[in-house]
Amino acid sequence: MMDNTIVAPIVEHLFTAILLLFFWKKVKTQRIISVLGNLMVLNTSSQLFMKVWNNGIHTMQAGNWQAPFGITLVADVFSSTMVFLTSIVGLAIAVFSVVGIGKPRTQYGYFPLFHFLLMGLNGAFLTGDIFNLYVWFEVIIISSFVLITLGGRKPQLEGAIKYVTLNLLASVIFLTAIGILYGLTGTLNMADLSLKVALVQNRGLVNITSFLFFVGFGIKSAVFPLYFWLPSSYHTPPSAIAASFGGLLTKVGVYALLRVYTLIFVPDEFTRNMLITVAVLTLITGAFGALIKDDIRRMFSYLIVCHIGFMIAGLGMYTKASLIGAVFYLFHDIIVKTNMFLVSGIIYKIKGTVHLDKLGGLYDEYPKLSLVMALVLFSLVGVPPLSGFWPKLYLFNAAFDISSYVLVAAIILASFITLFVIARMWGEVFWKDQPETGPGRVMQFDKISIYKQFLLTAPVIFLTFISLYIGFGAANIISLSERIVGEMLDVTPYIQAVLGKQ
Amino acid sequence: MELILVLIIGVLYGAGIYMMLRRSMVKLLIGIMLLGNGANILIFLLGRITKGKPPVIPDGASVFTEMYADPVPQALILTAIVISFGVQAFAIVLLKRVYALIDSDDLDDLNTPEDI
Repeated sequence: MMDNTIVAPIVEHLFTAILLLFFWKKVKTQRIISVLGNLMVLNTSSQLFMKVWNNGIHTMQAGNWQAPFGITLVADVFSSTMVFLTSIVGLAIAVFSVVGIGKPRTQYGYFPLFHFLLMGLNGAFLTGDIFNLYVWFEVIIISSFVLITLGGRKPQLEGAIKYVTLNLLASVIFLTAIGILYGLTGTLNMADLSLKVALVQNRGLVNITSFLFFVGFGIKSAVFPLYFWLPSSYHTPPSAIAASFGGLLTKVGVYALLRVYTLIFVPDEFTRNMLITVAVLTLITGAFGALIKDDIRRMFSYLIVCHIGFMIAGLGMYTKASLIGAVFYLFHDIIVKTNMFLVSGIIYKIKGTVHLDKLGGLYDEYPKLSLVMALVLFSLVGVPPLSGFWPKLYLFNAAFDISSYVLVAAIILASFITLFVIARMWGEVFWKDQPETGPGRVMQFDKISIYKQFLLTAPVIFLTFISLYIGFGAANIISLSERIVGEMLDVTPYIQAVLGKQ
Repeated sequence: MELILVLIIGVLYGAGIYMMLRRSMVKLLIGIMLLGNGANILIFLLGRITKGKPPVIPDGASVFTEMYADPVPQALILTAIVISFGVQAFAIVLLKRVYALIDSDDLDDLNTPEDI
């Protein structure tokens, strides 16, 4: 169905960002505009989701160039859900940033860049053109480059070099893959590619192209052995920025993998085995990495890597149940990983450090806040009936069905180590007494106004409620995932919606 | 023509990866630039090279009647060049800032301290 309003989530962020540029040094105005802009996009994207849910796939042909000649924007259930989740997370981070991002960073353009980042994400989710996807990826990474270096402290810049280099390399590999794909098929439209790639005689070259896409997206989504840039850069920026990176940036890589491997390339036996192997190694290395870290944010960075493995495993098994697990995990992961970094931000604000050795006594001092944080952490671990449990159940069953016992073992091991890591963190941060050699600079959380306390805690509580909904309303999320997987495995409606009835 | 381009692409990719594996930050940057250029020429080559047939519809006709050069790869390359220009400008400034901070061009001197 043609509908030009699906471009709204992109355009609204663009205009908010431009509007923010007019208020360069006005910190308060920027904060208000950013929160309002995010509210507006949340409203639009929820409407988009409802429209797509009720009426099926919506498309827009940019400049009225008919597909496959022009750029097509496509909103199917998967992409509109991702846009919706991005808007939820965006709103939460914007509210947190009001207090969480200091005045100097706000004056140097934090909010406009944040909106450009969200615009890039929405664009990447909505596009139906593979080269356009590359352009949106570049929009995302250039905004994230500036966000990660904003403030210019030494560790930030050092982390940024690794981040920038690996992401540029990933872009070049992605571009190479697009070039070869265009040479093979002569088209860039993803629906058209889906039809034409299947007809290409030279299967060897098609497989190599699909591996190039896997390496390009794999670097961005941080799978084994391409993840090393992530733990050495994600802990350096302020928590609000790390939250948007941890919650959204790696997930857009996973989204692209899911999209490319279901729509354009259907993985053969070898590719599936490779994906499963990569998933097992990602789960194990990520989990062990988290085990040895004493810094909460470094630990969380490794947990991001570890949990990417669940989604890659779901894609690798390529059965209906496993894909449902992967998609469900993706939704859960976006919310909970963002929330986790926001929690680490609050801990940093209270204690002035995120080192496990120097932390302690949080439960004594802030019992109510600790309870909320406990819910976040338990959702992450996947204690039933919280949100992390259900997708793992699906993945576990799917792994048993194809009798891939190594993967079963890896899923159990990764879940168990996550539990252990979080339990250790709970013991060190919340239950242990505050050690004598306390941190030097403590921001008195009690002393700041109730209003600021509210702005810091409200996003965490908001996202916790969403997590709880995903956990307790799992039936709804599963029926949503089932419909998405149905669209993934049968791409005919997608192709018909883009190219017109044939 | 194709053979020359193939050789150039190979050399650019090879040299780019070699440069990226060096320890110097400037060479790292040069490596990224070479790789980007290699990818651009690859797109140009794979879009089929047609000489002397610009994609312009002649007077009086409404569609192409004979072979024409595919304009899409050139549009892609132009986009990619503009993007890599912006990204590389950022990377140069970043490297300059890091050089000013740690006073060294050696990537091995980058060592994010545990304590932040």
